[in-house]
Amino acid sequence: MAPAGTVEVAAARLLEAIDAIGQDYPHLAAYVLDEHRRLRKHVAVFVDGRLIRGQAALDLVLAPETDIYVMQALSGG
Amino acid sequence: MRDRLLVATRKGLFELRGAGRDLKITGRWFLGEPVTAVLRDPRDGALYAALDLGHFGAKLHRSDDDGASWREVTVPSYAGVPGDPPPALSMIWVLEADPNAPGGRMWAGVIPGGLFSSSDKAESWTLNRALWDNPLRADWFGGGFDQPGLHSISFDPRDARKVAVGVSCGGAWLSDDAGKSWRVSTEGMWAAYLPPEERENPATQDPHRIVRCAAAPDVLWTQHHNGVFRSVDGGQTWREIAIAPSSFGFAVAVHPTDPDTAWFAPAISDQQRYPVEGRFILTRTRDGGATFERLTAGLPDHESYDLVYRHGLDVDDTGARLAVGSTTGSLWVSDDAGDRWACVNANLPPIHAVRWM
Repeated sequence: MAPAGTVEVAAARLLEAIDAIGQDYPHLAAYVLDEHRRLRKHVAVFVDGRLIRGQAALDLVLAPETDIYVMQALSGG
Repeated sequence: MRDRLLVATRKGLFELRGAGRDLKITGRWFLGEPVTAVLRDPRDGALYAALDLGHFGAKLHRSDDDGASWREVTVPSYAGVPGDPPPALSMIWVLEADPNAPGGRMWAGVIPGGLFSSSDKAESWTLNRALWDNPLRADWFGGGFDQPGLHSISFDPRDARKVAVGVSCGGAWLSDDAGKSWRVSTEGMWAAYLPPEERENPATQDPHRIVRCAAAPDVLWTQHHNGVFRSVDGGQTWREIAIAPSSFGFAVAVHPTDPDTAWFAPAISDQQRYPVEGRFILTRTRDGGATFERLTAGLPDHESYDLVYRHGLDVDDTGARLAVGSTTGSLWVSDDAGDRWACVNANLPPIHAVRWM
């Protein structure tokens, strides 16, 4: 479903990176984005260690060497 | 008599097998993940499990080898459907196989309030626009969940074109043309939770669950938010039936061959939602709702606060074998139409749905 470790892709924005990874993992995008390609409410994106809140994360222009972590926000249950 | 039971819970999907009232867990899948709906398609044996991953959205998995392996398939999608904000799939609430449809069509009822169909084993889905675009949908509102949800899909086995669906809170809807057109049909229902002038608004009734007698398809039973309603004319009109100790509940099961026999899991309305006097019982009618029996044998004789959700009560195709699962994680079965029950397990995760297969 998802890559086991870190993957490297060439992308100018996070949305493009998700699509690039989705070439090999077709279900992956739907875990991060809803059907309108909005970032899911309880998914947290860290870009070079910094939490980018909301939809802005998808359009953030990425530097050539950028580390992105897509994580589940903490919640109970 | 069916000897396999699927139990969808907040923490996974379980399979139980066994004869009589002695069932054992024989399969466990998606442990830790909320399973919101489950289906075994009787036409090809495929299993479907709908998940609500919370962080990562609603998902759907299919097994073509009876649970040995599962593959993620496609979920219903509101992509391209306008709205402000546009609707997005929140949860798959019910899955049903269309018994008459060539090509193996199946249907899904979801939150928010949509009906979807698939003719390729959930590889793709189509939103039923006739229901979605009905102007009365503007009156729908959420009940239990923030958004309205479609939880009951019932086919008339005599006529593939006749379908009934139920929406909380959005009424009971009928189609005579396989879903090409719909009409709301709640004559006789009323809503205690609305002001007087709105009480008979068809599009805001809250049928918690609608089931149909397989052998007498004109008979439908509805456990509604503030009562039990029965139809003997295919859902055209409904008659209210009062039940002691309470007419409130979520679940109803109807006997597959006897339209006068149905089972209920009563609870206190409206804010409390626990069994009357803290004692979990079930009720049964065998005379079309004229009288009801309290079923207690084998159910707890001590304080018990089990609540049964909409899909938490099921009867098999003989009418003798029943299963009921609660939000407390208790599971009981009966093999004599509810006369006696046995607790299979009192320590499961909260149970969303039980289904014989």
